[in-house]
Amino acid sequence: MKNAGKESPTGFYRIAYFIKAVQEKSLSEINERIRDGSARVVTAEEMPDIVEELGPAGAVREVDVVTTGTFGAMCSSGVFLNLGHSDPPIKISRALLNRVEAYGGVAAVDLFLGATQPSEDRGMEYGGAHVMEDLISGKQIDVEAFGAGSDCYPQMELETSLRLEDFNQAIMVNPRNAYQRYNAASNSSDRTMHTYMGTLLPRLGNIHYSGAGLLNPISNDPNFDYIGIGTRIFLAGAPGFVMGSGTQHNPENNFSTLMVTGDMKKMSSRFLRAATFHKYGPSLYLGIGIPIPVLNERLAKSTAVRDRDISVPIVDYGVARRDRPALKMVSYEDLKSGVIDLYGKEVSASSLSSFLMAREVASALKEQVEKGEFLLSAAVEPLHRLGSSRPMKQTKESPNVVDVMSRDVVSVGEDIEVEEAAKLIVSGHFDHLPVVSREGKLMGIITTWDISKAVAGGKPSRIGDIMTRRVYSARADEPIELAARTFETHSISAMPVVDRENKVIGMITSNHLSSLLARRR
Amino acid sequence: MKLMLHVAPGIVRYPVVASVILETGALVNIERASIDAVSGEIVLEVPAEKCQEVIEAFQKRGVKVMLLEIPVVRDENECVHCGACVSICPTGTFRFEDWRVVADSGKCIQCGACVVGCPQRALKLVLK
Repeated sequence: MKNAGKESPTGFYRIAYFIKAVQEKSLSEINERIRDGSARVVTAEEMPDIVEELGPAGAVREVDVVTTGTFGAMCSSGVFLNLGHSDPPIKISRALLNRVEAYGGVAAVDLFLGATQPSEDRGMEYGGAHVMEDLISGKQIDVEAFGAGSDCYPQMELETSLRLEDFNQAIMVNPRNAYQRYNAASNSSDRTMHTYMGTLLPRLGNIHYSGAGLLNPISNDPNFDYIGIGTRIFLAGAPGFVMGSGTQHNPENNFSTLMVTGDMKKMSSRFLRAATFHKYGPSLYLGIGIPIPVLNERLAKSTAVRDRDISVPIVDYGVARRDRPALKMVSYEDLKSGVIDLYGKEVSASSLSSFLMAREVASALKEQVEKGEFLLSAAVEPLHRLGSSRPMKQTKESPNVVDVMSRDVVSVGEDIEVEEAAKLIVSGHFDHLPVVSREGKLMGIITTWDISKAVAGGKPSRIGDIMTRRVYSARADEPIELAARTFETHSISAMPVVDRENKVIGMITSNHLSSLLARRR
Repeated sequence: MKLMLHVAPGIVRYPVVASVILETGALVNIERASIDAVSGEIVLEVPAEKCQEVIEAFQKRGVKVMLLEIPVVRDENECVHCGACVSICPTGTFRFEDWRVVADSGKCIQCGACVVGCPQRALKLVLK
């Protein structure tokens, strides 16, 4: 039987052999075709129609490689930079690159520059991502380095100016990139929010989403039949590799991520763009693409994914908690239509990632594979197909508003006279009086200032005429950090605390928060 | 057509817009107005046939008038066509055309929402 492999199959086996031969291909066969320029390559945008027309088996025969692409904000990115040794040598503990701090706690002259680190002089308008873009664009950056000084590293401080080519290595290592899909965002609160999901207008005024939908790399191989440790990828125009599953990798809920690496010296500023989200900070827009071989019908099916097959929740960023409520499930097809129906209202939806650039990544990759410049690689190990992302374990409990608020609150109805309110304030030593309806629900607030103003104006008036109706309040069961943030955002010093029915049950003031902090110290 | 008015100190308390409307009879729509104690900035939509008349009426009253032909400009090298400007614009100035963001500048009222909302800092308001 030692020549069995060379004998031609007969009878039933011949049929089985034939079916197997047309429905499966090996990676080396595909690479052979890429090398000789005969590989049939399509983008993930073209694949669904091909599979629909030819069926999965026909698509395996017809298509060798499907190229994917995504281009969007990938905050969890950074680069290891090796500066080479100075004379006299320095062991850098703190470094500033164009006044952006890079982590110096790795050996003497290795730094890690994170994309979202804001600069010390320009704040969030310039950050780690901008330093990376400047380096790739050929610009020179200013380096300030500080060390403690030791017998082997006597130098304690130095300044220099460097270009990308002056670094020994500039190796991008991104802990979490290329999310499989991402929650869309809206905002039910009554103020405009500035988030990493862009500007979110009040009262569900708009929807922002991110992700390339049918072009997304992981969405085309959600079972990781091909993508694994060592898979060769397109990373911002340079050859890159998958190092493994990314942080917060959550395959059980279809929120998988990748950890990737690549040589920044070979990257293109076309596919690496620094960004700033207003009042959030710097971030990095990256183009990432993965070519997926159509090895079998299962991969033909998974690369035929359409926008309508990928759904995400629209979550409410108006709720400043980790578990933001989902308002609605929608598909990328719905999102890309530009209008979503939310509670009977047509809400405008737009993306933060660029589908145009995702397409450009997939097309650039297609061209590279067609020209034989990009070969596919077998994974060293598969990525984790199980696991989810757990919330933080918080061992030190932080108090809620109910734990620090004052229950000694006097509220008044709209109909009382200013004079009466003034007497209540004086006798109770309050600065604020919540105004409530007959059912005890919060309607407005009166401060000593409002009363002084009314008295100075000389006209007798009812509380209802002079109260502030746009009143901020805290929920009894929310963490005090949220109340502190409300004080800061709106420059106020006190607010009523309400229960779930908007009934006033207490007051919280900035004094409560500061005395709490004083007790902790 | 859109006009940008710069109301100088001294006449900010004077009802300039109302008096121009009464004089010209133009159907003027006030699209944006920011006025403080000393000066103000107002964007008006004015019918094309009355435009010249309205401009002259304002100038007569000491108001600086600019025709807002291209209210917002984009740095094409910076724009990545993400779409962050599309859903936040109150007048629908931006839209996708085959995933390229195109602007209908005629709709812009220079509120500036897109300028801060653009992650690539690619948008700028003209004359500001």
